Amino acid sequence: MLSTLTTVFAILVMFSFYLSWRATRLDRLHTRFETASAALDAALARRGAVVGELAGAALLEPASNVLLADAAAQARRARGQADRELAESNLSRTLRVVLAEADLSDEGTGLLAEVHAAAKRVYIARRFYNDAVAATHVARSSRLVRVLRLAGRAELPDYFEMDDESPGAGTLG
Amino acid sequence: MGLVCPYTWDVPGGVQQHVGDLAEALIGLGHRVSVLAPCDSETELPPHIVSAGRAIAVPYNGSVARLSFGLRAAAKVRRWIREGDFDVLHVHEPAAPSLSLLACWVAEGPIVATFHTSNPRSRAMAASATMLRTALEKVNGRIAVSEAARKTLVEHLGGDAVLIPNGVLVDRYTEAEPLQGWPGEGGAIGFLGRMDEPRKGLSVLLQAFDRIGPDFPGLRLLLAGPGDAEEARAKIAPALRDRVVSLGLVSEADKVRVYHSVDVFCAPNLGGESFGIVLTEAMSAGAAILASDIPAFRHVLREGRAGQLFPTGDPAALAAGAVELLHDPDRRAALSRAARVAVQPYDWSAVAADVVRVYEAVLPEPDAPVVAARPVAETG
Repeated sequence: MLSTLTTVFAILVMFSFYLSWRATRLDRLHTRFETASAALDAALARRGAVVGELAGAALLEPASNVLLADAAAQARRARGQADRELAESNLSRTLRVVLAEADLSDEGTGLLAEVHAAAKRVYIARRFYNDAVAATHVARSSRLVRVLRLAGRAELPDYFEMDDESPGAGTLG
Repeated sequence: MGLVCPYTWDVPGGVQQHVGDLAEALIGLGHRVSVLAPCDSETELPPHIVSAGRAIAVPYNGSVARLSFGLRAAAKVRRWIREGDFDVLHVHEPAAPSLSLLACWVAEGPIVATFHTSNPRSRAMAASATMLRTALEKVNGRIAVSEAARKTLVEHLGGDAVLIPNGVLVDRYTEAEPLQGWPGEGGAIGFLGRMDEPRKGLSVLLQAFDRIGPDFPGLRLLLAGPGDAEEARAKIAPALRDRVVSLGLVSEADKVRVYHSVDVFCAPNLGGESFGIVLTEAMSAGAAILASDIPAFRHVLREGRAGQLFPTGDPAALAAGAVELLHDPDRRAALSRAARVAVQPYDWSAVAADVVRVYEAVLPEPDAPVVAARPVAETG
């Protein structure tokens, strides 16, 4: 009798350790997701700001400046994920088209270098964001996690889908 | 930065070379770098490389690999991480059961992982996919060195990765003494790569040489790379065979000299090359390049502005291109200059800058860049 109780107790203890390990993993994934999400927001905001500055500088002709300023403003004003995805994709496309048309030979210096760097940063941040979302989806799909609500009330995050192909030559994107 | 290499440092290999070059490039950009790697011998290591003790030979993935594992290795990794106090931990090939995987296990802060293997049907990875997925959950950002590596990773572990290819140390190739007697009066065309690998396209080059050889009495062909040279010579007219010189497998130093020993460097690949490392080396050396028109080469050679392209697998077109270049030293010089400029984005310093952007993306405060000296905006 005593040995049965001991066994049950031991199993309970082990199970609770296992559960707490699973919960720790979920918590860590959540932190990773939050970091990636903040990084993506920051990367998009920075790209918008740099493109806005490029539109304000006298580097390109006025028509290109208007296109860039408009795309950047649309991206800044967009609310809700679907609208943001669309507006940010449009900004990527506008940037590619305008820079290809401008055919600036010297893309390695100053403001233009900042634009290219900002575009690369968006590409990186979005990959890592979606990677974190994928890991969260896998971890939360398990029955144990769903039945015991180990993830608490945190919402299941969505992938951020956009066109982030960067405008320049180079190795990234 | 803390870099972890899973394979033993005293045996040369792709991953080790990558980690070593990346570490040097990061130091060049002004970062503090420490590399942890297994190391057998008592050889003198550069100060930024830390030995994790000797690697143990163990059967893995169908061959015997020299890896580092066990509790002692884990303790070593933990101590190194604590003493290093790194902003970012960058592990390489964490799918291999060695130091990198242990580092993921014990580390707390932001982790970046680079995947090198490109084997979509890796049995070892398939068998351990579930375990790896859990172990790599802490990784904040993943890098793949090639499209094939990215595919392998996505297939086995899901998620996504940023593509950052291997860099080339441009400075290592810029200057070199040509080999004794090369390129010679009659001109020379160079080829580097496995001779017996059909996709490297040597046979296309040989057929082209067969056509133009008689018109250029002094023209020679310089081949470097493993394979049977006799077999290659048998493919062309007997009168021309003396003019095909094979060096076999060459040392790193001789390889650099090969690029400087020819008038035209030919890359006749038929496909499959995801990223022409040979091409970027030749470009660093300022060779006048004649390459097949596969997408990767077209991209690296800037649509033909940094090297002449010919339709893939077409010996007549290769011959015509070679004749044109051999007759026109000015065009060769122009291509050489353009190649030296076009290779700059592939230099390790540029590639390392991309890696630093990845570090910045995984740091908790993305508004505080790792790079202190960012280019200042020049308005107006």
